[in-house]
Amino acid sequence: MSNIHKDYLGSKFGMWLFLFTEILLFGGLFILYSIYLHKYPTEFHLAGKELNVYFGGGNTVALVTSSLFMAMSISAIQKDDKKLAITFLSITLALAFVFLTNKYFEWGAKFHHGIYPDSPALLERPKGEIIFFGLYFVMTGLHGIHVIIGAIIIIYTLFMLKYEKVNKDDFVLLENAGLYWHLVDLIWIYLFPLFYLIL
Amino acid sequence: MDKNSEVIPFLNDNKYPGIFGWIFSTDHKKIGLLYMYSTLILFIIGVIIGLLIRIELIAPGKTIVDPQTYNAFFTVHGVIMIFLFVIPSIPAAFGNLFLPIQIGAEDVAFPKLNLFSWWLYIIGLILILFSLFTGKGAPDTGWTFYVPFSEFTTTNVSVAVIGVFILGFSSILTGLNFITTVHRLRMPEMKWMKMPLFVWALYATAWIQVLATPILGITVLLIFVERMFGIGLFDPAKGGDPILYQHLFWIYSHPAVYIMVVPAMGVITEIIPVFARKHIFGYKAIAFSSLAIAFAGSLVWAHHMYTSGMSDTAVIIFSFLTFIVAIPTAIKVFNWVATLYKGSIIVEPPLLFALSFIFLFSIGGLTGLILGAAGTDIHVHDTYFVVGHFHYTIFGGTGFGFFGAMHYWFPKIYGRMYNKRIATIAWALLFIGFNILYFPMLVIGMMGMPRRYYDYLPQYHTGHIISTVGSWILAVGLIIMFYNLFKSIKHGEKVGKNPWEAATLEWTTPSPPPTLNFVSEPKLTRGPYDYKGVEEDEQYS
Ligand code: HEM
Ligand SMILES: [Cu+2]
Repeated sequence: MSNIHKDYLGSKFGMWLFLFTEILLFGGLFILYSIYLHKYPTEFHLAGKELNVYFGGGNTVALVTSSLFMAMSISAIQKDDKKLAITFLSITLALAFVFLTNKYFEWGAKFHHGIYPDSPALLERPKGEIIFFGLYFVMTGLHGIHVIIGAIIIIYTLFMLKYEKVNKDDFVLLENAGLYWHLVDLIWIYLFPLFYLIL
Repeated sequence: MDKNSEVIPFLNDNKYPGIFGWIFSTDHKKIGLLYMYSTLILFIIGVIIGLLIRIELIAPGKTIVDPQTYNAFFTVHGVIMIFLFVIPSIPAAFGNLFLPIQIGAEDVAFPKLNLFSWWLYIIGLILILFSLFTGKGAPDTGWTFYVPFSEFTTTNVSVAVIGVFILGFSSILTGLNFITTVHRLRMPEMKWMKMPLFVWALYATAWIQVLATPILGITVLLIFVERMFGIGLFDPAKGGDPILYQHLFWIYSHPAVYIMVVPAMGVITEIIPVFARKHIFGYKAIAFSSLAIAFAGSLVWAHHMYTSGMSDTAVIIFSFLTFIVAIPTAIKVFNWVATLYKGSIIVEPPLLFALSFIFLFSIGGLTGLILGAAGTDIHVHDTYFVVGHFHYTIFGGTGFGFFGAMHYWFPKIYGRMYNKRIATIAWALLFIGFNILYFPMLVIGMMGMPRRYYDYLPQYHTGHIISTVGSWILAVGLIIMFYNLFKSIKHGEKVGKNPWEAATLEWTTPSPPPTLNFVSEPKLTRGPYDYKGVEEDEQYS
């Protein structure tokens, strides 16, 4: 009988399938984005200029760097260096918080200018801009929720590392957390140009 | 685990006392049964609401409820039947019960995730039930939650869509688990072309579950977001486009009809060769047609939108693609019929359900072509013709497939046999009642009776009366069927391993199977439809 306990390949395989579903979840929104971009090209261009590239760029750097530390954490545990793995993973977590804080200020600034869903100031604008900011809040919001979920997974993994449930011989949890985190990073890499750099 | 406890049937293997032995068990068979019982309860609730709808419609004007309640009725009936019964029914119940055994595995790839999926199902269920009795009334949008109405109605749509979102998650995890199980846990001797066709059907279904359901997830999530924050993505006043909602919704929901029916086809494919005592005709064609249906079925969603204002080109393309799905479906039907041809047919209750599946599903399929052809669809769109069509397909198809599965695997699950004479009587009533209930819908639909209407013109009265009477006959059939099965769980005649003399692996292990499915390492000595020399079961006459 096939042994069901600790099937390393099976776990990774399952995780990859799950990541597919996450991409498809965002896929629905990307479809909406592309259709509305087609419908309102100038409005999207003008509204996009109002987003702060420095905020977005900063967050891109934060996420990409965090992905790097995630990968290094996996290498560290493979070399049986628990301490280093924990350090690297903690840096990943810290960068996730940097991202969220940054996002908080960015959204806060927009709210401050009266731009939030269904706000009177927003509704006075052309329809294409209403949709642009609508998509902006929905997509970056959903992405933000994923960052939070990712952070929770990382915290859980940190505990597992600490108590050596994740170790040199069994680190699939860390790898899967890593895969998830890379996905969060990857989605952001698409969101960033769509909203901040739109020509 | 010591040798002794390994042969104890799984039903008595409880780590926790009482009900906790069930709801915390990660045994795939117990989870399968949990799903079976939960979906059946929901089915019965759905049927009761269906009967109430029919009573309301027995005469024009008000009969038992006011219009608002009526709207809630058909919405809740649809939501319960689709999301809580049909979609999880066969894969989650019988798939969980028999997929691992049929491939010779001890369990699914992720047992804990499996239990978690069931928990998600229950949470989604609770949210949906909650939405019926709280807030400003039960949802009244229809199970499709079409915008803009669903954005602005004051009824409890927000809670219901979150429930549906969670149910979708549950469905995804089941699919993910099955795909991984098939890839990783098949016994090494079982090559792809030696898998039972039920496994193939579940495998194809699982891919649809994984690839299509996230789109539904985002769609219903957007309804929620729209209602909470008024973003306007589907609201023309703010620049949005309601048609896009329909696209997103049907990109999932059309493939979802294959999540509903492909597993049922898998069940039928298991039943027919056993009772024809013949190797299944066209094994490969059936296996690949499941995948072909899954693939082609993902391309045809917009046939639900011919009247929504798409371009003519789009209408023609989707009409054409829709006809293509008929090909793999017809392949299956021909293969079943060819398997029966010159077989030594043994008429037993499971076969009766399988045969009525073929009959009812064919009517569903043929009426589907009338809907798939853009020209004729314009005429019958959103009439009772559609209601007749989809009941023939999903109730006549999936529903009867589910009943067939219950009768086929019953002796394996409980180690006992139901009363076959009563089962046959119940089947006959179901079949007759079904046709009296739904055939008139096709007719009055052709005449122009719109669906989801509370009231109607006198010329449709006769049709509605016949249909409602049919619903009572069907209900009697259901009561007898459930009574018979329920009673036989404890009091049926005991059976041995293989009462039907079938050839797939689940029939080589005791009934009910032990905790880790097999008493000793299973061996693959024959193909799944190779009946020559299958041992007779002494304990069964
Ligand atoms: C005794 C059994 C049943 C009866 C009497 C019944 C009756 C009805 C009727 C009269 C409607 C039309 C409501 C309207 O459009 O005004 C309806 C709608 C529907 N039924 Fe059933 N039904 C039964 C079983 C089922 C089953 C088993 C399924 C699924 C497998 C199902 C799925 C649906 C769906 C999805 C709708 C559409 C709801 C909507 O329009 O939003 N029904 N049913
Ligand atoms: Cu369809």
